[in-house]
Amino acid sequence: MKTPSAIQWFKSREGIYYVLLALLLVVVLPLTLDPFRLSMAGKYLTYAFVAIGLVMCWGKAGILSLGQGIFFGLGGYCMAMFLKLEASTPEATSIQSTPGIPDFMDWNQLTELPWFWQPFHSFTFTLLAIIGVPVLLALIIGFTMFTRRVGGVYFSIMTQAVAAILTILIIGQQGYTGGVNGITDLRTLMGWDIRTDSAKMTLYFICVALLFACLFAARMVQERKLGRILVAMNAQETRVRFSGYDVAAFKIFVFCLAAAFAGIGGAMFTLIVGFMSPSFVGIVASIEMVIFCALGGRLSILGAVYGALLVNAAKSGLSESFPEIWPFAMGALFIGVVMAFPNGLAGLYQTYVQPLENRIFKRKPVEAESDSAMAKVQKVSAEENEGFDSSIDNYSTEKS
Amino acid sequence: MNAAKRKDGDFLLAVEGLTVSFDGFKAVDDLSFYLDPKEIRVIIGPNGAGKTTVLDLICGKTKATTGSIKFAGKELTKLKEHQIVHCGVGRKFQTPSVFEDLTVFENLELSYPRGHSVMGALAFKRDAKVIDAVEEVAATIFLSDALNEPAASLSHGQKQWLEIGMLLIQKPDLLMLDEPVAGMSVAERKKTAELLRVITKNHTVLVVEHDMQFVGDIADRVTVMHQGKILSEGSIEHVKADPKVIEVYLGH
Repeated sequence: MKTPSAIQWFKSREGIYYVLLALLLVVVLPLTLDPFRLSMAGKYLTYAFVAIGLVMCWGKAGILSLGQGIFFGLGGYCMAMFLKLEASTPEATSIQSTPGIPDFMDWNQLTELPWFWQPFHSFTFTLLAIIGVPVLLALIIGFTMFTRRVGGVYFSIMTQAVAAILTILIIGQQGYTGGVNGITDLRTLMGWDIRTDSAKMTLYFICVALLFACLFAARMVQERKLGRILVAMNAQETRVRFSGYDVAAFKIFVFCLAAAFAGIGGAMFTLIVGFMSPSFVGIVASIEMVIFCALGGRLSILGAVYGALLVNAAKSGLSESFPEIWPFAMGALFIGVVMAFPNGLAGLYQTYVQPLENRIFKRKPVEAESDSAMAKVQKVSAEENEGFDSSIDNYSTEKS
Repeated sequence: MNAAKRKDGDFLLAVEGLTVSFDGFKAVDDLSFYLDPKEIRVIIGPNGAGKTTVLDLICGKTKATTGSIKFAGKELTKLKEHQIVHCGVGRKFQTPSVFEDLTVFENLELSYPRGHSVMGALAFKRDAKVIDAVEEVAATIFLSDALNEPAASLSHGQKQWLEIGMLLIQKPDLLMLDEPVAGMSVAERKKTAELLRVITKNHTVLVVEHDMQFVGDIADRVTVMHQGKILSEGSIEHVKADPKVIEVYLGH
């Protein structure tokens, strides 16, 4: 990104929305919440990674994955495996019949570390695996589905099936995965105790930083021609194909992108919460993730972040006082969103609040839009096409 | 004449023995025809004759059961749709299919033949060359003033033109148009005929059309199809005078 354009962008309306979110996450929440609540907010934000991926995959490209928990879980398990190995030093596990292996393996009569656990001694490998493993699985699922032109509801059902299979696999292979309890009792990351209040604070800020990295990555894809192809593909797949694009390749790409985001979110979840279990992988968890995205607005990456924060805050609030009501509230919320405002909070914001903003700041919508359009950055030479500027940039993707 | 030319092998498109059967029903049955470069060929015939299926087969939307489609020496029947597009075959569908959420400019830009891979689309830059090409095509299809309108706001006829424009910007050697004037007003029809006359100066065009007056206006040669087979082929006068054609098609 060129510096002058970046400064210009921060002054634009879209830039202001990003600044406001950054202020909320970096200043307001840390100042108003106690460390426990802040850590909870961090946990909610890890779901926002998944929701951003779903905006790209479902909102933009029309591929509804009901199995994002798979990728969230894989990222989370990769991180958990590393932390578990670090916590399972021979000294710390000296009471086991085989010291030096994770406790649940010992309980399940395993006497040595399975081969696929070995590389997770390396932190570098773990970091690569957090993105690589989810992306690899997404690549396999995407390739088998999309090159055969499986789409729509059939694809959604397939992702549900994979989520179910993975859950059953994790629960069934207790000795290798920790089973239904998951991988628990995680203590340190490279010797740094992640259970203290100050560590939780630091992890929260790392999470926010990574979230913004993912937001900007998603934003860049949206603003490029690639983003417009995704939108075009959603409505007119055949036309995209006959405009010379290999539709399957683009679907695989966006599905893998969403998987990568989810993997990062899962890894941060493990760090913040201190454990990983199959309940975050399964069908219910995956559908909840779709609800975060739908409520926030499935066309808006910023909306998805707010959606993840709000739904999870509501979930904690409600289930603390009325645990049995929450599933019904969640169901009602989803039905409400689909029936009443299909574009979620971001859609409501665009319809009702933005016109108000326009009046308050006395900006004409056209000006406001065109000065924010990042398409300018992409243009090789702005000089060559003066007079075109304000006009071609008018198509601006969803903001807020 | 056909036989002599066939030996030279200078056809742009050579369809030979093309057959497709859907559950035993032969929608196209042992069809052969040849297109010269820069020729304008119109396929006519009663409903269900297999006209649209022929276009589907050439552009790869439907896979042939047997037979061959050679385009500029390349066999198309084994290629995927986007590969056929890259060979230089453009296809317009019967109902206008444009990207309604995008502007006219973006519709044309997406069809510009560059950055077709995932990485290419990520790296694609809207440079002066692209803008020039888009403006040029927009002028041809009467949409210069609508470049920044969302395609959803265009009239039916304008959408048809936009889709033709999306083909033109691909610079295809062969343009296939399925009923380009269907559902158009009289004025739009006239303008479309004018548009096609411009286009056909530089392209080979294969059109499926019902409107006989329009066919007479544009066609070099006409192929009449009936029940998946060719009934008659030749100039418009020739097929109009053919008793078989009058019997199954024009007579009704």
